[in-house]
Amino acid sequence: MAMPFYASPEQLMRDKSEYARKGISRGRSVVVVTYSDGVLFVAENPSTALHKISEIYDRIGFAAVGRYNEFENLRMAGVRLADIRGYSYDRRDVNGRWLANTYAQTLGAIFTEQHKPFEVEICIAQLGDVPDHDELYRITYDGSVGDEPGFVAMGGQVDAISAVLRDRHRHDAALADSLSLAIEALGSVGGEAGQRREIPADRLEVAVLDRSRPGRAFRRVTGAALASLLGRGPAQKPTEPAAEQSGQGAPSDDAVDELIGELEAGESEDAPPTPRKSAPRKAKPRTTKPEPPAE
Amino acid sequence: MDFGATGRLPAVFTTPGISSFTEFLRLAAPDLLPGRRPLPPGSVEHLAPHGTTIVAVACDSGVVVAGDRRATMGNLIASRDIEKVFPAGPYSVVGYAGAAGVGLELIRLFQVELEHYEKIEGITLSLHGTANRLASMIRGNLAAAMQGLAVLPLLAGFDTAADVPAKAGRIFSFDVTGGCFEESDFHAIGSGSLFAKSAMKKRYRPGMALDDAVRLVVEALYDAAEDDTATGGPDMTRKIYPVVMTATADGVVKLGEEQSAQVARVVVNDRMENPGG
Repeated sequence: MAMPFYASPEQLMRDKSEYARKGISRGRSVVVVTYSDGVLFVAENPSTALHKISEIYDRIGFAAVGRYNEFENLRMAGVRLADIRGYSYDRRDVNGRWLANTYAQTLGAIFTEQHKPFEVEICIAQLGDVPDHDELYRITYDGSVGDEPGFVAMGGQVDAISAVLRDRHRHDAALADSLSLAIEALGSVGGEAGQRREIPADRLEVAVLDRSRPGRAFRRVTGAALASLLGRGPAQKPTEPAAEQSGQGAPSDDAVDELIGELEAGESEDAPPTPRKSAPRKAKPRTTKPEPPAE
Repeated sequence: MDFGATGRLPAVFTTPGISSFTEFLRLAAPDLLPGRRPLPPGSVEHLAPHGTTIVAVACDSGVVVAGDRRATMGNLIASRDIEKVFPAGPYSVVGYAGAAGVGLELIRLFQVELEHYEKIEGITLSLHGTANRLASMIRGNLAAAMQGLAVLPLLAGFDTAADVPAKAGRIFSFDVTGGCFEESDFHAIGSGSLFAKSAMKKRYRPGMALDDAVRLVVEALYDAAEDDTATGGPDMTRKIYPVVMTATADGVVKLGEEQSAQVARVVVNDRMENPGG
């Protein structure tokens, strides 16, 4: 008589974990960091239509790595959960901790019940009234949930990326500085022979939860607004100071330029005046050019 | 909602393909949907406060919508400062006339509906799509409407698909059976709508500037308040003025308290000299 196949529960769980971890580490990474005026999400994502970063509710953002169909499913569930709760109670009663718990329960159940676990890792960011109240939750494929202080890196070679962030992340940094740190962290792995690499702007997906906005705080940073922010990173400060005086960015009727203006207005205390004035002008021609800026 | 023993989300939350919040509620929590509650036989109109007049005017840069601040219950004034005009989507404004409780619930659901679609799909619903969604929500309220709890919305918005801003302002009216009609130039709903529309008919000019349109809607509400007891005029003593919202290429903007007061003061002062306007 043939013996029925037996695998110990420990072995089963280990196999599932290994399977999920492998799937997650194959993809590209996402970084979520807090900064002085909110929470910044940066993903390396060649697609402009299939997002890794999304809005869930007024003050809640979502970032994920792994299999697209699986985390898209979870994102949709999150939007539905948040909207149904906000509708039956009040908008203020939708909070990140509750959502993170629900995700954890669901992922945990999927991990134990199904043969194939979800190959995803997600981050729920909740914007607080003050920087100290910002909350970042990391939820992994097996339903483990962690409250992370200040930054979360997920997917790909996550240890190396986390190391860069751990050393240099400051929750009171300006948006442009936080963005350049996040991009540097993402680019610290994956280069040839372990070298750093540059990630072109058209492969970046960037969004913020902006504390200064009432109501829905989530905004994608794309096009000229992104180019302008990238131009102001510490690595690319222009050498000669701009001559003329100006207010908070040139007024413009272009909606994208308005976003630049708002982003500038949001951090006027932190950023040094010289690069702030010259950078948007330098970046402006990019609005008309479809090709990515030369890095 | 049944979360089961393991705490996994019910399947309805992860079912793909549903972008409508109302449709999702129908599957996940039908008790939260309006218009599904059994009502006692007979009219219940006298039990609920009713909101009154809403006006909308298209102008060269979009649309202007305004509503008076009164709600009535039979011969009584139920509220002097109720608000009946709200932002709907990023480029649309909605106001309601009729049973206040039902109207508020409808508009709250409608706002979530539009936001939900935008978040799920990653793009905003078109203005005509917005109007059709609203029409289907009204349809669900027909039974209550027959018993005196009718509510009718007025939707106006800036159509981002239009070629030029001067043609982008659109106004939609509805009937209790869920009919949706696009109106040209201007429209009014509610008990004072007859007088408001007559006033606008005489004063409306195609391609009006935004400021003139703002003045026109306040003027129309003034005329409605003069001849309809259920419409409230600008209340100078309590400093209660009409709610005015604009939808233009810049999105939806609510006129500030002071701006609204300023327009109302000018209208009232002019009427001191010429009561007929």
